[in-house]
Amino acid sequence: MLSFVARRLAVAIPTLLILVVLSFVLMYSAPGGPFNSERPLPPEVLANIEAKYGLDQPFWKQIVNYVVGVVTQFDFGPSFQYKDRTVNDVIAQGFPVTLTYGFWSFVVAVTVGVSLGVAAAIKQNTWLDYLAVGISIGAQVLPNFVMAPILLLVFTLWLGWLPGGGWEGGQWNYLIMPVIALSTSYMASIARITRSSMLEVLNTNFIRTAQAKGLPMRRVIWRHAMKPTILPVLSYLGPAFVGMITGSVIIDVFFSTGGIGQFFVNSAFNRDYSVIMGITILVGTLTILFNLVVDILYAWIDPKIRY
Amino acid sequence: MSLLEIEDLRVTFTTADGDVHAVNGLSLNIDKGETLAIVGESGSGKSQTAFAAMGLLAKNGQATGQARFDGQDLLAMNTRQLNKIRSKDMAMIFQDPMTSLNPYLRVSDQMAEVLMLHQGLSKSAAVTEAVRMLDAVRIPDARARITMFPHEFSGGMRQRIMIAMSLLCQPRLLIADEPTTALDVTVQAQIMQLLGDIRQDFGTAIILITHDLGIVAGFCDRTLVMYGGQIMEEGPTDDIFSDPSHPYTSGLLKAVPRLDKETAELATIAGEPPDMSRLPAGCPFSPRCAQVLDNCRAERPSLEVTPGRRRACHLPVKEVA
Amino acid sequence: MFPNRAAVEGVGDAMELAEVKGRSLWADARTRFFRNKAAVISLIMLIMVAGFALFGGVFAQYENDFVDFSLIGSNAYKGVPSVETGHYFGTDSNGRDLFARTVQGTGISLMVGVVGALVAVIVGTLYGATAGYYGGRVDGLMMRIVDVLMSIPFMFVLILMLVIFGRSIFMLFLGIGLISWLDMARIARGQTLTIKNKEFVEVAVATGVHPVKIILRHIVPNLLGIVIVYATLLVPNMIIFESFISFLGLGVQEPATSLGALINEGSRTMQFGYYWQIAYPLFFFVVTIFAFFFVGDGLRDALDPKDR
Repeated sequence: MLSFVARRLAVAIPTLLILVVLSFVLMYSAPGGPFNSERPLPPEVLANIEAKYGLDQPFWKQIVNYVVGVVTQFDFGPSFQYKDRTVNDVIAQGFPVTLTYGFWSFVVAVTVGVSLGVAAAIKQNTWLDYLAVGISIGAQVLPNFVMAPILLLVFTLWLGWLPGGGWEGGQWNYLIMPVIALSTSYMASIARITRSSMLEVLNTNFIRTAQAKGLPMRRVIWRHAMKPTILPVLSYLGPAFVGMITGSVIIDVFFSTGGIGQFFVNSAFNRDYSVIMGITILVGTLTILFNLVVDILYAWIDPKIRY
Repeated sequence: MSLLEIEDLRVTFTTADGDVHAVNGLSLNIDKGETLAIVGESGSGKSQTAFAAMGLLAKNGQATGQARFDGQDLLAMNTRQLNKIRSKDMAMIFQDPMTSLNPYLRVSDQMAEVLMLHQGLSKSAAVTEAVRMLDAVRIPDARARITMFPHEFSGGMRQRIMIAMSLLCQPRLLIADEPTTALDVTVQAQIMQLLGDIRQDFGTAIILITHDLGIVAGFCDRTLVMYGGQIMEEGPTDDIFSDPSHPYTSGLLKAVPRLDKETAELATIAGEPPDMSRLPAGCPFSPRCAQVLDNCRAERPSLEVTPGRRRACHLPVKEVA
Repeated sequence: MFPNRAAVEGVGDAMELAEVKGRSLWADARTRFFRNKAAVISLIMLIMVAGFALFGGVFAQYENDFVDFSLIGSNAYKGVPSVETGHYFGTDSNGRDLFARTVQGTGISLMVGVVGALVAVIVGTLYGATAGYYGGRVDGLMMRIVDVLMSIPFMFVLILMLVIFGRSIFMLFLGIGLISWLDMARIARGQTLTIKNKEFVEVAVATGVHPVKIILRHIVPNLLGIVIVYATLLVPNMIIFESFISFLGLGVQEPATSLGALINEGSRTMQFGYYWQIAYPLFFFVVTIFAFFFVGDGLRDALDPKDR
């Protein structure tokens, strides 16, 4: 098991380095970027950058500086826009927010999705099944940027039940719409994958064996069918995670929740490269770590995978 | 009273292309400690007969008739009632040992749960008992290997595990559905030997479902030959082998390779198995029968019962070649 | 965000099976497809949407960038959809004709979807077929690169690129296409591994045909079924992708527009009751996405008639 994790890490670390270097090269080659001084920067900012990277230094030295800073101290350097803030300050402010509603969205998508899928498979061709299939087909056309306005229209403008935006320290009524908007389409995909996976598993010979043992259906499902059913769902969680973290940008912009997505888009418009890079690397790290966890879980559930 | 008595069993599957009649009015019985072979080509309805009795038909399958186990009709039971009998009194082993064990659970867990369910044993007592049973089916080093996963065993070993698992509660009836089809020839012989020992040691009645007449001889007391979901003939195994009373049986027998006779080539039965959704009006075997008569195609032969034997054929017994 | 790989792979197996049975796969598939009502209706819808995007402009009474100053300030009652004013879908907040803009937005979204999917499928197929054909260490390295790229959140990189190199449709095509070829590469590789052991490939190898020619002439044509299905399922995802970026205001630039940008604009004004501004773009978005999904599903089921 340990060597399995080590081997996975051996892939993850170069991936991260590639991401860091790629981002830096993109930023370095940007027309109008700070590194080719076409754009007048506030002198304080310029001083910050100067101190950090040494603009007179050759390219490879700058990139080494940046990479070393990121890797050893999680130091993404100063902002190109605000003289008194570093990228780390921005992340410290926005990341807890993203993490909070992201976590709940993920939990909702997985628990509701899996339950719905399992229920639909067990009650195949009943109203419950049709409902679940209907929801999961419908939700394909309801990505977060469509869900968000619809939710706002219904719950804020028409019903007036929920606040239309803001965060307020993550109170539940501020949390509901972001979570629903972010999780719906993934919930639906998970439900669809779970349903077809469970149907396939229920048709296998080993489920027939379990039934021939006289086990009650509940036990057949939970003990014998659940593990193989969940494997395809598990492989989907990686892409779902990326999708959700990407979707958080929409949530932050639309509901003004103040997560990193908002800073990301603002920085994109302001050409605050170091913030964009910092967030991209942060998100990349999270994704890679998440995929690592998924891989380990997969290997843990499926005994046929050799560590 | 017979242990299992099946009467006028019909199994129908509803499919998009119409109804498929897998079993058409089958009757059979088996006594305590007896061995019965059900022989037929694939698709003859022999497996579906067993699944119907165990309540394991696919969702689109429907069984009518009666299947009395100890006098209770299995077909009239709901799943909860069936679960009390399954594995405890009536167990089944399946054709494909590679896929019939759950690949995600340890063998110990899969075996122990049967005893925990039916006999209320604790986990550790159940595992001890399971090890004993694995010893009995001659799995070497069972105590250490019981915690392994199915994929760590060979096919033959997995079938032994399946057999051990089905015997845990010492059922009175064991249905073995093509238990050796997926295995190598040498392993086949070992498994058949094992089943024979079980019959002697535990006094279990066994229904052996197979397409291979070769393994029936010397193992089963009686043999029932099926075709198109119907009985072609039934009788003591020795009699069936020595003088078959049905052209289909005699065709099957000619297709068995024999060591004692030197034949240039093996006989085969021409034609293909019937389409179970469009069975002929007469004898289902009539389109392939070498000795077909005029009324075979129009009129389904009724089951003639003579002491110890049953047959369904228009052709007089003496004329069967 | 991408079509489920496992669901598509069955098409390859089915094609192989059909070949073994010697039936005409494509003819069979066509029959099956046209028996699928949802797919046929969706196909008709798609043709209508495409027709709307192509020829809708003919019926528009206004240019899509014409600002109707007479309406500014009184949008709420004068800008409503009406046949009389010629603003069939009403006007947007800037007094521009929403019908003309929806026509243009639908066109751009469709184009981005189709071109993005094409780029992804072509790059992915060639890459995957090459990796699968050469096998061994080349394959290992090429697929490892795919693994590495897969775990990078490319939407962020794409936005970074859009910011750095400036926003343009070309950047969008390139970015979206480059993001989405990875899954196709994996599928193509998996199928190639089975195809390359077929006699006709072995004969080609034995007679010294150049590898590039083998890949293009013998392997790629046999991937066609799976590629078509995947591409059809990829198009709506590409449209969603583009809409996502346009929703953030980072996609196509004014005065050009896309469905995502229109939905974004509409979502900002619905609180004032200008529901038509979100309703029409959203309608075309939903219909297009739905139709593509159903056509894709229909194609898959037609080519891989496994009970699902």
